[in-house]
Amino acid sequence: MSRSRLLPLTGIIAALAAWQIAFVLRPSSLIPGPIAVAQGIGELAVRGLLVKYVVASLFRVTWGYLVALVIAIPLGLALGMMRIGEMALNPILQILRPISPLAWIPIAILWFGVGDVSAIFLIFLASLLPMTVATMNAVHNIDPVHLAAARNFGIPLRARMRDVLIPAILPQLIVAMRITLGVAWLVVVAAEMIAVNSGLGFLIVDARNAGNRYDLVIAGMVLIGLVGIVLDLLMRRLERLDSVRWGYASE
Amino acid sequence: MKVQFSDVSMRFGAMEVLQHVTLGAEEGEFLCILGPSGCGKSTLLNIAGGFLAPSSGSVTIDGEPVTAPDRRRIFVFQERGVFPWLTVEGNIGFGLFDMSAGDRQARVSQYIDLVGLRGFEKSYPRELSGGMKQRVEVARALAVNPDVLFLDEPFGALDSITRLQMRSELLRIWRAERKTVLFVTHDIEESVQLADRVVVMSARPGKIRRVVDIDIPHPRDLSSRRYIELRDLIFGEIGLAHQV
Repeated sequence: MSRSRLLPLTGIIAALAAWQIAFVLRPSSLIPGPIAVAQGIGELAVRGLLVKYVVASLFRVTWGYLVALVIAIPLGLALGMMRIGEMALNPILQILRPISPLAWIPIAILWFGVGDVSAIFLIFLASLLPMTVATMNAVHNIDPVHLAAARNFGIPLRARMRDVLIPAILPQLIVAMRITLGVAWLVVVAAEMIAVNSGLGFLIVDARNAGNRYDLVIAGMVLIGLVGIVLDLLMRRLERLDSVRWGYASE
Repeated sequence: MKVQFSDVSMRFGAMEVLQHVTLGAEEGEFLCILGPSGCGKSTLLNIAGGFLAPSSGSVTIDGEPVTAPDRRRIFVFQERGVFPWLTVEGNIGFGLFDMSAGDRQARVSQYIDLVGLRGFEKSYPRELSGGMKQRVEVARALAVNPDVLFLDEPFGALDSITRLQMRSELLRIWRAERKTVLFVTHDIEESVQLADRVVVMSARPGKIRRVVDIDIPHPRDLSSRRYIELRDLIFGEIGLAHQV
């Protein structure tokens, strides 16, 4: 096995071992050990909740995130290309940006009630602003030489979008999409703690409320981490596409 | 005159960049605009390309005033002008959007041969050397069959050996295609090696100090007496004693 695989594996095993040792030394700390947590995950799988909750969380993330992308990317492109629009809207974007999506929970429930739509709305909000701002900035970062060349060749607008603007911002866009998906995943868990009765966030709150099952609480946390890293790895694969690799420094 | 600058002046705010430049380039001529950094020679080229409007004066090409960039006259930047997200083929065919796929393929293929990039059609710019990228950009410009080429220090980022090779490549292509070429450089040797005429500009605000005819036939012998004479004349004109 290569070093690059062996070392991460060693790190994980060492962390698990440290956890187990701490658990044996101080059982009074009330935190279950890794074996109990693994059993908890097994129990969730047997009860059919593991797949159900992961799918429920992914379902909400997918919808909130995709709707946000569909709005944010064209909006960011338009703002990036039109100075007037940017000057008018940028202050609002900047004021909204530091407001945590979780601050919208009361309003989400007020508008959409307790349920999926509220959770999806929160994910949508969490994804919308970062993607819009990132797309706008990516347009600003296009090398002016490339825009000048496109102008020189008299390319019609549609082809200019397809062959110059979009590919020029794609590397930055993919990074922004990856980071935003990470944020969306953070938010879905929080949203599920309040607004719905399925999903990994719900699992954590429910396991505590229904009998202090801290093994299931930590099982939920572990699953959140694992799904998160899988999402991140999938998005990273996009960065290896031939037509975007130029945009990353390692090349 | 193919390209005619008439009393062109340019200022950016309080800074005067070009002063009363009047200059003509004939059809098929290779004209070098030579001057120190910041003398406004790139600005002059950008005005001719239609990317900048002069503060006063005008530029005409074939008698028509230049108001915007036009695909009949293509600007070649340093090698970073190639699109990194397109392959060599994609870059060279970039300006041929109005052709049928078959014609486009044939034209791209023709220019891949002209610049000697056969075998690299599917490569991306990041896989190419600086000189190869510059060839891609020249081919992309020539493929749309422009009648004027503007080159803005196109070989400035290349190492000195590649630069020499690229100059003779450019001359070979120029002889084959007979475009009018306006070539901006700060390299005196380069200008004497390439040009029919060298326009020597002063430091900012840029004015034309002198236009030197380079009456040496191609291929030029870089150790001939006439070459050295003309080179030293220009060194003197720019105010360098030509000693290190």
